[in-house]
Amino acid sequence: MSTTETTADAAHAEHPHGIWEPPSPVRRLQLLHSARSIAIVGASNKPQRASHFVATYLLSSSSYRVHFINPRLDEILGQPVYPSLAELPEVPDIVDIFRRPEDVPGIVEEAAEVGAQTIWMQLGIRNPEAAQLARDRGMEAVQDRCVKIEHARFHGGLNLAGFNTGVISAKRQRLDG
Amino acid sequence: MSEREFGFRTRALHAGTVPDAVHGTRAVPIHQSTSFVFKDTDDAANLFALQKYGSIYSRIGNPTVNALEERLASLEGGIGAVATASGMSAEFLVFAALCGTGDHIVASSKLYGGTVTQLDVTLRRFGIETTFVDTTDPEAFRAALQENTKVVYTETVANPSSDVADLRGLADVAHEHGVPLVVDATLTTPYLLRPIEHGADIVVHSVTKFLGGHGTTLGGVVVEAGTFPWDNGKFPSMTEPVPSYGDLSWWGNFGEYGFLTKLRSEQLRDVGPSLSPQAAFQLMQGIETLPQRMGEHVANAQRIAEWLESDERISYVNYAGLPSHPDHERAREVLPLGAGSVFSFGVTGGREVGARFIEALQLASHLANVGDVRTLVLHPGSTTHQQLTEEQMAAAGIPDDLIRISVGLEDVDDVLWDLDQALDAALAATAATEQTEEAR
Ligand SMILES: Cc1ncc(COP(=O)(O)O)c(C=O)c1O
Repeated sequence: MSTTETTADAAHAEHPHGIWEPPSPVRRLQLLHSARSIAIVGASNKPQRASHFVATYLLSSSSYRVHFINPRLDEILGQPVYPSLAELPEVPDIVDIFRRPEDVPGIVEEAAEVGAQTIWMQLGIRNPEAAQLARDRGMEAVQDRCVKIEHARFHGGLNLAGFNTGVISAKRQRLDG
Repeated sequence: MSEREFGFRTRALHAGTVPDAVHGTRAVPIHQSTSFVFKDTDDAANLFALQKYGSIYSRIGNPTVNALEERLASLEGGIGAVATASGMSAEFLVFAALCGTGDHIVASSKLYGGTVTQLDVTLRRFGIETTFVDTTDPEAFRAALQENTKVVYTETVANPSSDVADLRGLADVAHEHGVPLVVDATLTTPYLLRPIEHGADIVVHSVTKFLGGHGTTLGGVVVEAGTFPWDNGKFPSMTEPVPSYGDLSWWGNFGEYGFLTKLRSEQLRDVGPSLSPQAAFQLMQGIETLPQRMGEHVANAQRIAEWLESDERISYVNYAGLPSHPDHERAREVLPLGAGSVFSFGVTGGREVGARFIEALQLASHLANVGDVRTLVLHPGSTTHQQLTEEQMAAAGIPDDLIRISVGLEDVDDVLWDLDQALDAALAATAATEQTEEAR
């Protein structure tokens, strides 16, 4: 038994906030509800890019304060674009990542330094090691999920596109923004 | 909100209908409106560019119809759904989204007659060829595949032969070829069988039938699993830029949500067979009691099939719920709750006696539908399948003395009484005619 304890202790020392697991729908809803601001890292000004869809959706259908990060751009949708998380005017609650999986660990470190709460890798972006790194820095982490879809899942939008939200509730529909 | 995974009956009542934010309307409201006002010009632009969710125009989406779509997606275990005006238009939208001139479909030959003609006549005229496979053996489907094959298509339980598809085997054949397995699950409904759990990628229904249940309203639906790799190179329209939506790509922008987004925003837009909100409301009333109804449908069907099989006035019964059916073992495996309530039988004495039998029924309705709450009977050879050639009839497994029954929810003893008295009447009339002929 002592060996397991030693392994567990070692795991605890290495991962003081536990082993990362993909958050459940309820946990994702909590993360979205507790956030007030989102920084989109790797934001594009091209309307057909996924990040642009997310930005347009969040600006029009949510009450979040939305910020853009991209060292090569100055303006997206009439808003200023910042070169890094450190230069944002506020600490973002969610850091929403549109970058290659191998770029994510660096962004996790940056996010931890500014004090963000949640690392969110978009649909198609998977990096479980980076998600664990986020846990180890005391943050929550989501991978391979779209902020737009998840917000719309819990606020009626996804239903209006005929998608299966998984929401079963006799409470009134929540709106946001 | 809790982590609970809700059961089928709960979802049949609740999925897709969270009470609205303003009034808290409990039943699903009928949004009887063709169009929906924009908040402002930005809102309009974002909606049209698919950059945000919301209703624009009821050909593409309507909140009442959306409620039905989510409910059926939930019951099938799919990622989402697109509802259509009828089962036929659900099938057409899928073929139109996946195939173009020069493409090919491999389909079971034991399909609803309208589906056979849609594939064999209308789509063939558009340059889309179909090879029909006259067996449930997946290897025969594999042998029919071509370089340009884009879809493998089957029904779950064939009508009226009651053959049960080998969905897992067909899914493997389709996936090894890089194409989706599309399944018409009308006759089993998600209560008896959920094809996605057996490897299907797309499920279509005539909601007109058991899902609606009341026989008042036409409707169809396409449900997608959300697991097919549409970027595998076989479906360029899923990955290439779409000029009418600012050069987005269905797969690139929407990933697993891409196929249904294309089906709605492009195919419903261009083809137009949308479900009306009034119809969606009526069909949802039916879906709420689907589990209870299907349980009784299959119990009654089993009882009647057994009664018919043991009656010497009956020459054969095709029902996968009976041990005498070649697919009985498969039915027990994939349809543990029952093999549906549509099956067929022949009356000893052949075509003429069969026709008299239909005439003599008092309770069972003679009409061209299945899946009503009332018991229905039909002689396919002279009605639904009349447009098929003799070869197509044989391939569909339909002898000309065959009678199809769709067992309803009456007291089962009353249905048995009706069958019994009609058999007596048909045989007595036949005997009388024979006597007269002999006397002459
Ligand atoms: C198995 C099956 N698929 C499709 C259809 C077509 O559906 P609809 O009549 O709703 O167009 C029918 C019935 O007509 C059917 O029985």
